[in-house]
Amino acid sequence: MYTCADLKKGLKLLIDGEPHVIVQFDFTKPGKGQALYKCKLRNMITGSLFDRTYRSGESFEPAALEERDMQFLYQDESGYVFMDTKNYEQITLSEETLGDDKYFLIDNMQVSILIYNGVGIGITLPNFVNLRVTQADPWVKGDTAAGNNKPAVVETGYALQVPSFVEEGILIQIDTRTGQYVTRVKE
Amino acid sequence: MEPNWALARKRQTLIERARIVQTIRAFFIGRDFLEIETPHRIPANAPEEHIDAVASGDWFLQTSPELCMKRLLAAGYPRLFQICRCWREGERGRRHLPEYTMLEWYRAETDYHALMGDCETLLRQLVPAGKIVWQNQEFDLSQPWERLSVAEAFTRYSETTVEAALQNGSFDEVMALRIEPQLGRSRPTFLIEYPAACAGLARRKPGQPAVAERFELYIAGLELANAFSELTDPQEQRDRFEQSELSRRAAGKTPYPVAEKFLTELAVMTDSAGIALGIDRLAMLLTDSTSIDEVVAFTPEDL
Repeated sequence: MYTCADLKKGLKLLIDGEPHVIVQFDFTKPGKGQALYKCKLRNMITGSLFDRTYRSGESFEPAALEERDMQFLYQDESGYVFMDTKNYEQITLSEETLGDDKYFLIDNMQVSILIYNGVGIGITLPNFVNLRVTQADPWVKGDTAAGNNKPAVVETGYALQVPSFVEEGILIQIDTRTGQYVTRVKE
Repeated sequence: MEPNWALARKRQTLIERARIVQTIRAFFIGRDFLEIETPHRIPANAPEEHIDAVASGDWFLQTSPELCMKRLLAAGYPRLFQICRCWREGERGRRHLPEYTMLEWYRAETDYHALMGDCETLLRQLVPAGKIVWQNQEFDLSQPWERLSVAEAFTRYSETTVEAALQNGSFDEVMALRIEPQLGRSRPTFLIEYPAACAGLARRKPGQPAVAERFELYIAGLELANAFSELTDPQEQRDRFEQSELSRRAAGKTPYPVAEKFLTELAVMTDSAGIALGIDRLAMLLTDSTSIDEVVAFTPEDL
C-alpha cells in the first residue's frame, strides 16, 4: 500500500479497480491546516483525465502492472513499435499513450513497457537521452555568462531551454524525467 | 565537464533574493528592531496538529522560532526580528520546501493591526514602483489592502459556512481549494478573524470570543504570512497546548515534552503581536517564479 507521502508524478495506482497514473502532482497546505495532495490522474485504459485531492491518512493500492524490457524499432502510421529482443514479440503504443515521452525515443533504445491485460499502456525511459540540436540561435559573441539561456529544438521536435553556448548540430544530454538540458556530449 | 547549468541559470533570481533579504534586514534595523538568533535545535515545538517537526537526536529542529522569540518578549525586549531556517517534515510541493527561510517579527504593547501596517510598509519598500507582475497578472500594492474576515470569505467564495465546514471537517479543504486561489487577486488581502479553534497561540478577539485575532496575508493566492495578537494567558495557553498535544498523540506522532519555561514566562508577557513570513514565497512573488524550487540555490532533490 502507498500512503500520501508516496504520491508523486508518474506513480501508478489502482483506483476503482483500474490502473491510473499521476500525471500532475502538487502538495498544498493552508496555513496551519491539514495537508492536501492534489493529483491529476490518467486512467491508463481509457486515457481519461481527472483531478482528485487526497488528505493525509489515505492509502492507495499499487497498480500491479507487468513490465517488459523492449527495444524501440520505428514509428509508422499505426504508432510506435517496440520489440521484445528475446522472443521478437512486438507491441505498438499510440502517440497519445506516449505523451511527451515520444520526444525522447531514439532508434534501438531499450525501454520498459508497461502492460495491462496484454495491452501496452505506458513506458519507462532511461533517465538520460542524447539528442542533436536542430534549431538554436547562434552564440552571440561576448555572451559568456554561464547562466544565460535560449530556446532550442532537438531532432525529435522537442523544444527546451539551453545555455547560450549550445549551437545547432551539437549533441546534448536531456533528463527524461524533467525534460531539461543537462550537458553537452563530447563526440 | 561544463558548469552545472540548472544552478548557473538561477543567478538573476538569487541576486534578487539576496536583495530582498538585505532590504528586509535594513527595514527592521531602521525601525529599531533587535535582530536575534535563537537555537534551531530545541526540546519541543509548540504542538500543532498538522505541523510535523524533524527529529534531531532526542530533540527537534524548529518549525518556527516562536517560543524562544516570545520568551525574549516576556523578558522585556519590545521589538524583535529573526531570519532563520525552519523545518517541516513531509512538506514538499510547488510552494513548499521541508527546509525553508522564515522571517519573524514581534512587537510589544500592540495587537495584530500594527503588523498589518508593517506588512504594507515593508512590501512597499521592497517594491518602490508599487506594482508587481506575477504570472502575467498585475498586483497593485499602493491601493489600500483588503481586510476580509474568514466568515466573509466563506460566504463570498464557497457554498458553505465556517461553522458547517468546521463541523464536517472540510475547513482546510474549502480554504485551500476554494478560497485561497481567490485571495489577493488584484491587491493584497489580509484574511482576518480565524475561528478560535484554528489559532492555537492567538488571543480571542475582545467581545467576540468565537474568533481569534489571527490573520494571514495573501497575494496572488499565495499565502505569505501568518500573524497573531499573542495569547498571554498562561493557563489558557497550557490548556490549548494540551489539546493540540492530545490530537498529535492520537494521530500517532512523537510526543513533545511540555514547554514549561515558555508557559511559566508567558505570565509576565505584555500584550504583544507576532508574525511569520515565508521569505521563499515572497521571493517567488517578486521574481515572477511559479515554483519555490526556482528561488533557492538547492532543493533537497538537488543534493
